[in-house]
Amino acid sequence: MSSSKQKQHLFDNPRNVTRLLRGFYLVCAILLILDFVLHRHIAHSWESLPEFYAVFGFVACVLLVLIAKELRKVVMRKEDYYDVDE
Amino acid sequence: MWMSELPAFVPFYLAAVLVLITNGWLRNLILLATPVVAGLHLWFNVDPGLSIALPLANLELTIYRTDRLSLLFGYMFHIAAFIAVIFALHVRDTTQQVVGMLYAGSALGAVFAGDLITLFIFWELLAITSVFFIWARHSNRSLHAGIRYLLFQITSGMLLLAGTLIIYSQSNSFTFDHIGLNGLGSWLIFLAFGIKCAFPFLHNWLTDAYPEATPTGTVFLSAFTTKVAVYALARGFAGTEILIYIGAVMTCFPIFYAVIENDLRRVLAYSMINQVGFMVCGIGIGTALALNGAVAHAFTDVIFKGLLFMSMGAVLYRTGNMNGSDLGGLYKSMPKTALLCIVGAASISAFPLFSGFVSKSMIMSAMLIEGYDYIWLMLLFASAGVFHHAGIKIPYFAFFAHDSGIRTQEAPWNMLLAMTIAAVLCILIGSQPQYLYNLLPWEMDYWPYDMTHVLAQTQLLFFSALAFVWLNKQGLYPPELHSVNLDAEWLYRKLLPVSSHALLRQLNQIGDKVRLGKSVLLQHSRQLFGRFPLADYHLAASWPTGSMVLWIAILLGGFLLLDSLP
Repeated sequence: MSSSKQKQHLFDNPRNVTRLLRGFYLVCAILLILDFVLHRHIAHSWESLPEFYAVFGFVACVLLVLIAKELRKVVMRKEDYYDVDE
Repeated sequence: MWMSELPAFVPFYLAAVLVLITNGWLRNLILLATPVVAGLHLWFNVDPGLSIALPLANLELTIYRTDRLSLLFGYMFHIAAFIAVIFALHVRDTTQQVVGMLYAGSALGAVFAGDLITLFIFWELLAITSVFFIWARHSNRSLHAGIRYLLFQITSGMLLLAGTLIIYSQSNSFTFDHIGLNGLGSWLIFLAFGIKCAFPFLHNWLTDAYPEATPTGTVFLSAFTTKVAVYALARGFAGTEILIYIGAVMTCFPIFYAVIENDLRRVLAYSMINQVGFMVCGIGIGTALALNGAVAHAFTDVIFKGLLFMSMGAVLYRTGNMNGSDLGGLYKSMPKTALLCIVGAASISAFPLFSGFVSKSMIMSAMLIEGYDYIWLMLLFASAGVFHHAGIKIPYFAFFAHDSGIRTQEAPWNMLLAMTIAAVLCILIGSQPQYLYNLLPWEMDYWPYDMTHVLAQTQLLFFSALAFVWLNKQGLYPPELHSVNLDAEWLYRKLLPVSSHALLRQLNQIGDKVRLGKSVLLQHSRQLFGRFPLADYHLAASWPTGSMVLWIAILLGGFLLLDSLP
């Protein structure tokens, strides 16, 4: 595969990345709209909140990453941390 | 038919012996044929309700007992062994090949064990055989990680044995059925299962050792040990409420570590604890739907987690590197592996039409039905988190992200084949769940595909992904860094050695002082004694100890002689 260095790959072209992201945003928007269009049967009162799952998913992941970043300040050590005594 | 009475572990143990004395294509044939033939035999010839006893000394061991629960795990382990063998077909290492058969056989022995002593024997064999996958890396790191792994596993076995003996002394029975938490014996067994299940604070053997094993070894490891523990919990402690809370913690805390972990196989190890957490929750709820969910999730997890470990194993095999910080852009040279990895990622994230969706949703539904609202929210958070760290992070940092410049070859054909089989199974189970549902041990009426559920799950996942995109664009996403993250293992890898060294140093200093004081005292008393006139008497001189021993021997010999005289 010596020619692969010169070969232009799918995501080497920034336009393809933009296309992918636009498609992704579009699906997200459709999912938001579907929440109002489709009738959902509810197992729990929380689920009746509009866009419950979408908001929950977004907020959960942002919180997850932000808390994990803070966690790094507490738990992160150098790669050879344990190797010193072993 | 006598063949149906042949315990399921026997073909694998026999194969291990045959593998040892053969080589080349014959060895590969034995490795491949064993799980296929034994699996088909189990499928067609073995029915639930079998119970084979083996007298051992004055004990009666039930070495082979089948019911729908153990058979489900039996099928699963045959599939897992078959896939793992194909994945490792290029390996030329007798140890790993023999151990692979023994390890899979031990897992089968454990799930078909009808009594606690048999379970204990296979429990320990699982530990002893599997550690060789870690040591086979032949590095100092893997040696130490393997020893720590073995310590945990053997401790688990000892607890199981102790608990078994206590229970036997009370009930006069070894039978392995529902145990429940009552009394010391049952708690010890609970703890033994808990170690193998990677309960919080007992979990570090997994995140420590699995990433240190060989590229193919981790695939074996990920399939058996924790799933045997899940099986044991499901049989022994179904409906034990504390498991719901333990499981919920297991689903949530590892995902924070997974986000900041650099070694991608360690990310998967953390995500494994998270997935086992879902199963533990299901076992804790204990209704038919929840228990079915737990064991179905074990079934799907073996395949999709295996697929993810295989894809990372292929990357490690080709690049020699497993750090998210050093990889990236590999879709250019390993496009097929990348695609298969994405199937695994979609399955673990429980996308509709992929296998994780049809199993995890049972646990989630059961949780709401039983009214554990807040725990359900925790699991929902964990579900979004799984997608984040296993579904996106793993494929993204290995195959996409920034181009690391690494150009390599596609994975070998056998690895691609193994991954393809796993990927097909993921999609097949996900889109046609009735086949899996028919195998589930408990009666239930459940179908995952209704519009509400599919929409809810899709929204959850797409907006989790949106969060990833947004955080990345804002530059808020934590970069992959060469680092070690402190976890519970810090207690025994740092605190314990450091504090015991400090304690030893203190004790040494005290010992030195005592020795000094003693010698001063001795010298003084000798001087004092020297001033007495008696000191000149020859018996007061220092005689060698040996002469005293000699004289005592002569004295005793004399007594003996006198005694034996008539």
